[in-house]
Amino acid sequence: MAEKGSLKVKTGLAQMLKGGVIMDVTTAEQAKIAETAGACAVMALERVPADIRAAGGIARMADPTVIMQIMEAVTIPVMAKCRIGHFVEAQILQSLGIDYIDESEVLTPADDKYHVNKNDFTVPFVCGARNLGEALRRIGEGAAMIRTKGEPGTGNVVEAVRHIRQVNDEIRWISNLPKDELMTAAKELQAPYELVLQVAELKRLPVVNFAAGGIATPADAALMMQLGCDGIFVGSGIFKSGDPAKRAQSIVAATTYYNDPRVLAEVSRDLGEPMVGIDISTIRPEERMQERGW
Amino acid sequence: MAGKTTVGVLAMQGAFIEHEQAIKSCGANCLQVRRAQDLQEIDALIIPGGESTTMGKLLKQFNLLDEIKFQAEQGMPIWGTCAGMILMAKEIVDSNQIRLGLMNIEIKRNAYGRQVDSFETDLEVKGIGTTRAVFIRAPYVQKVWGDAQVLASYEDKIVMVRENNMLATAFHPELTRQKEIQEYFLQMI
Repeated sequence: MAEKGSLKVKTGLAQMLKGGVIMDVTTAEQAKIAETAGACAVMALERVPADIRAAGGIARMADPTVIMQIMEAVTIPVMAKCRIGHFVEAQILQSLGIDYIDESEVLTPADDKYHVNKNDFTVPFVCGARNLGEALRRIGEGAAMIRTKGEPGTGNVVEAVRHIRQVNDEIRWISNLPKDELMTAAKELQAPYELVLQVAELKRLPVVNFAAGGIATPADAALMMQLGCDGIFVGSGIFKSGDPAKRAQSIVAATTYYNDPRVLAEVSRDLGEPMVGIDISTIRPEERMQERGW
Repeated sequence: MAGKTTVGVLAMQGAFIEHEQAIKSCGANCLQVRRAQDLQEIDALIIPGGESTTMGKLLKQFNLLDEIKFQAEQGMPIWGTCAGMILMAKEIVDSNQIRLGLMNIEIKRNAYGRQVDSFETDLEVKGIGTTRAVFIRAPYVQKVWGDAQVLASYEDKIVMVRENNMLATAFHPELTRQKEIQEYFLQMI
């Protein structure tokens, strides 16, 4: 009997994406550029996070036509975003045959208390997290992959670094606790106890963990990989830069050769203008996307 | 012999750490392969699952494509899973993507559909028996010729092939706790 939508099948695709770069694209043409540059998947969107931030208003799931055009343009996996808690957008994306759903803080949340019950779906989900408790709550709801939230659309890697360091710190803390202290630790983390036990044993998250939210250069990608991420999401960083094809290709190479400074030096050369960055302190707290999620 | 054997796992992109863990648990040494000179240190090579277009591009850019082809011709055992199987095929339906082109097989990519159609199942393998097989956006083989021998089929589609020193599986033995396929590959060394 063939078993579809099992946890192994859902987490399995994330494992296949590891060591790769997932790129935000808004058209079939951009999707082709991303695939040719070596992206291991693309995220189909109507606008990249930098444009969502600039436009303001309510950001929603992309038009299915845009998503389907992108799905037809490439052979690599295609992901798409639904709003936090918007399980109907998720149902629509699943019916389109999307390969992964990102329940994303980049879009305006549809629910101020609850996330989607991702265990209800055959399609796997990725969710953002700023700390271990948030990551384990999302996994408890059925997320098969986690990414740092960072601060999307800023081209500023500082928040993504803060989030992976926070997760790593808490994993080290949990891993060194005697078993009789883990229930209280789970209470402090606001995380499911069974998952806290798993993390203590594995000394890592039980699912794949990518970096996202502010990665703009090959060096940024290698930094996140050296900090222990399994792969890279690049949102605005590629198609908001001067030479997207070349930058995309360089970030792909930097994600594979993240421990080889000579290769990193080579692929960092002559990339043209990077996206214009934003200092986090200039974004008012209520406008920070990372605060979305419960 | 297995204790002294070093198996390389191509580490361009994909699930190479899972293969490394499985091979080590069988008692062999393991080396992540990212540079052409790494091929001199190994007795066999695994090409993991991941994205075949991503890996093909990096193999060419970092001059590993011809080196791996050369080692294959010299008889080095090579095993490709999923994307690795695609890279080893001489023929890929509707694609001109970069490949190693080592095996006399014609392969269809994403042949079972998209991720919602990915599945796991029990699979009967010739000479090995029943194994748990995980198929993730998997390809299958439409045609084999020459020395290529079919080792397993699922619902009439070919999913495992051996050709002399080369082995290819459309599924992912590295995602299960079973070790039969790893043991079979180590016997090829």
